[in-house]
Amino acid sequence: MKVPPRSHPLWLAFLLHRLSGLALALFLPVHLWLLSQAVTSPATLDGFLAFAEHPLVKLAEFGLVFLLAVHMGGGLRLLALEFLPWSDRHKTYAAAAIGAALFLSATFFLRAI
Amino acid sequence: MLDLRLYVAQRLSALVMVPLVLGHIAVMIYAIQGGLSTAEILGRTQGSLLWFLFYGTFVIAVSVHAAIGLRVIAHEWGGLRGRVLDWLMWVVGAGLLTLGARAVLAVTVP
Repeated sequence: MKVPPRSHPLWLAFLLHRLSGLALALFLPVHLWLLSQAVTSPATLDGFLAFAEHPLVKLAEFGLVFLLAVHMGGGLRLLALEFLPWSDRHKTYAAAAIGAALFLSATFFLRAI
Repeated sequence: MLDLRLYVAQRLSALVMVPLVLGHIAVMIYAIQGGLSTAEILGRTQGSLLWFLFYGTFVIAVSVHAAIGLRVIAHEWGGLRGRVLDWLMWVVGAGLLTLGARAVLAVTVP
């Protein structure tokens, strides 16, 4: 069997897309459940929002915003790869996805702290 | 292993979410300043048809997208196949849709 080309930078782009998607899918049920408490149990939601003032939680939020943005960027790269007649610039797009995600999540983070 | 309909649903849900994710990130950057509270969130979203449609669409698209995405991972990394795999996909999709619908209704219906 052919060995997958794991030393290729775009394998890392694949891995980042997969892991960010997995992490977001695991986070989402908690996120949605917590929001559903807004009316039935506002104290629960406010308790978590107070907990979110903790610097480490803000750092985790920065991570989540980064994951969301980088998953979108990676997804756009994938869509471009599949549907647009481009071929050779994908490393640049993969790097641009990470750069844009860092920019967006850092903007969020700077407002949060 | 992906059949064509799942592949198309995955790509379409992704396309739908591109503007929604950008909007969501913009709202987060805007809303986080000065901290968050339940009252502040509800003040922004309650009674708003726009946010109901925005997040309602988001919830439907992300339920489809995450269910199919987790199906791929469960197959490729978890070795699941056949009915178990389909069952997992439907449970994840229905679960997220239920949780998401409850969340959207909770924050938008006055």
